[in-house]
Amino acid sequence: MSKLQISEQYKYGFESNVPSDALPPGLNEGVIRAISAKKNEPPFLLEWRLKAYRHWLKMVEPNWAKLNINPIDFNAISYFSKPKSQVDRPKSLDEVDPELLRTYERLGIPLHEQKMLAGVAMDAVFDSVSVATTFKEKLADAGVIFLPFSEAVEKHPDLIKKYMGTVIPYRDNFFAALNSAVFSDGSFVYIPPGVRCPMELSTYFRINAMNTGQFERTLIIADKGSYVSYLEGCSAPMRDENQLHAAVVELVAHEDSEIKYSTVQNWYPGDENGKGGIYNFVTKRGDCREARSKISWTQVETGSAITWKYPSVILKGDHSSGSFYSVAVVNNYQQADTGTKMVHIGKNTSSTIVSKGISTGKGQNTYRGLVKVSPLAKNARNHTECDSLLLSDTCGAHTFPYIEVSHPSAQVEHEATTSKISEQELFYCRQRGLSEEEAVNLIVNGFCKTVFQELPMEFAVEAQKLLEISLEGSVG
Amino acid sequence: MFEIKNLSADIDGKTILKGIDLKVNPGEVHAIMGPNGSGKSTMAGVISGNEDYNITAGKILLEGSDLHGLLPEERAGEGVFLAFQYPVAISGVNNMVFLQASLNSIRKYKGLEPLDAFDCIELIKNKMKLLHMNPELLQRGLNDGFSGGEKKRNEILQMLLLEPKLAILDETDSGLDIDALKTVAEGVNAMRDEKRSFIVVTHYQRLLDYIIPDVVHILKDGKIVLTGDYTLAQRLEKEGYGWLK
Ligand SMILES: Nc1ncnc2c1ncn2[C@@H]1O[C@H](COP(=O)(O)OP(=O)(O)O)[C@@H](O)[C@H]1O
Ligand SMILES: [Mg+2]
Repeated sequence: MSKLQISEQYKYGFESNVPSDALPPGLNEGVIRAISAKKNEPPFLLEWRLKAYRHWLKMVEPNWAKLNINPIDFNAISYFSKPKSQVDRPKSLDEVDPELLRTYERLGIPLHEQKMLAGVAMDAVFDSVSVATTFKEKLADAGVIFLPFSEAVEKHPDLIKKYMGTVIPYRDNFFAALNSAVFSDGSFVYIPPGVRCPMELSTYFRINAMNTGQFERTLIIADKGSYVSYLEGCSAPMRDENQLHAAVVELVAHEDSEIKYSTVQNWYPGDENGKGGIYNFVTKRGDCREARSKISWTQVETGSAITWKYPSVILKGDHSSGSFYSVAVVNNYQQADTGTKMVHIGKNTSSTIVSKGISTGKGQNTYRGLVKVSPLAKNARNHTECDSLLLSDTCGAHTFPYIEVSHPSAQVEHEATTSKISEQELFYCRQRGLSEEEAVNLIVNGFCKTVFQELPMEFAVEAQKLLEISLEGSVG
Repeated sequence: MFEIKNLSADIDGKTILKGIDLKVNPGEVHAIMGPNGSGKSTMAGVISGNEDYNITAGKILLEGSDLHGLLPEERAGEGVFLAFQYPVAISGVNNMVFLQASLNSIRKYKGLEPLDAFDCIELIKNKMKLLHMNPELLQRGLNDGFSGGEKKRNEILQMLLLEPKLAILDETDSGLDIDALKTVAEGVNAMRDEKRSFIVVTHYQRLLDYIIPDVVHILKDGKIVLTGDYTLAQRLEKEGYGWLK
């Protein structure tokens, strides 16, 4: 496959000419103090960052057997970059740099409210800072707080203090500790008791500046009896160097509440020889803290050179339920190691896992999942379905389902399949007029159907297109 | 008109078709009969462009133009339809979605606007009625868990939708009970007109009682060894293939 084709495939690979105000590369306590100072953070937050940093220094980078990672030089990364025009946060979209707005237009995400998808409120994070949040008033009327993380720190420090780090402590793992020390921005959502959020909430993450890591933090709290559906999307310019993206996402679901969190991940995957691409090392965890709460993760992962993420649910509340629906695609030299952890603690808790891995080129696709039933988790139920589709002879699919059951009443089911698209299937489709590529897309979409159904409607079509682009030229 | 001239084909170095000549005029139905393994499905596959086979000699002409070098999907666009002896099942692909995709691909090839989902459903449901098919089959995976008869009807449904110039039915009758057989025959007869050609591969005279062929050929060991009219089918039914040299 030619270079040209690849460039066409990753149509989000352009770079915007937006002057940035960045910290020089390197990581030390001074850098952390500088980030915190730039954001006028309260002392408790600086303290927390420093504790995380000191803890991180003592940790060693995880070395996962199935991943082939170039060593990361943490001192070569700039930990903060923001568009110059954003030095004083714009009060409204009229004050946003038009070049930035154009960037989002090109990405297919117009931030002007009148042009936006109806019913979707959007926050856009460009490198390290949030540049625009739309539909603020409409959400405020419903009592919903949807703010860039740094703005939430200023306006609602009590909520941040109460919830941040309670699902993913900074000691959790190497990349979570790093994020806790240096995170720059992200999204914050609070849904008050009894409120059904009137629109989909969405954040679009974009890495633009070179040698910049993106370390965003998202915190979503659904108070009693509330409901929210949230979607994140991401992209980055094409570069030969690997760029690090180490996010943390924490979800807290109180009694009778429900959080649906969807991801369409399309970071630059690197070229056809495996050069460049984003290292996507993300910690995502939801806490079903109280009775009858529900958390659902849906992800469509098509981008990144390496994806390393296990969106998990801690099922503490009695009758709480968690689900994980995933499509992960690897092409060329991409590597994905993804899955989930479902930790059953409360009584009568249930979890559902549906993982669809599609592999082609020399891609390596690993499902790694843990279902844990603790000694008090009476009547826990889990159903896991783990399917792999192989489109080339040089790719690999691996499945590591770990099951730890400590209560005899648990019902844990695991099904796994591996399939290829047969010549007979292709010929049948082609005899009916479909090209080989159309036939593959049709079969792949059918394969992913149960996951796409979980996405908000506006994004299901988008995800389908993205999948087709990722697999372009991968058959025949 | 559909014409095959001196067609020979190999698979894995083994010669299966050994110089076949066949001419089907518009509006005609030709039956191909012959013992198992004589090359009937191979011939159908070669005509529709299955790349497993290697054509060593001969020509395939549809309305005077050579199909050589056309991909299977292009041949389908040109109007070649094959009702498979063993239709594949693709469990994840919704039958309705598949039928719509297929119909619109063929329309696109012909330079026609695609039909939207509503028009498609309308059209498909009408054709299904003709074939006494349960509309629930649209919501299932393509041929997924379909009975033998349901699969064959689904093939004929696609033939009715795609309106080919040349339809090849490869043992569509095997495994059908008499009612299903009649329905399938009705579907075919409904499409018979002076522009369309049919090649009906079968072992049984039974089907030919309902789809009356204009010409009957006997294929044996990769060659057409005998050509006649409907009475040839009757003789085969009574005497088997033993009397053929
Ligand atoms: N994929 C294949 N590889 C090798 N031989 C094949 C293959 N497909 C068909 N054949 C052989 O070709 C001959 C003709 O088969 P076929 O066309 O299916 O016959 P028919 O449809 O008349 O029963 C048989 O001997 C069969 O074994
Ligand atoms: Mg056969």
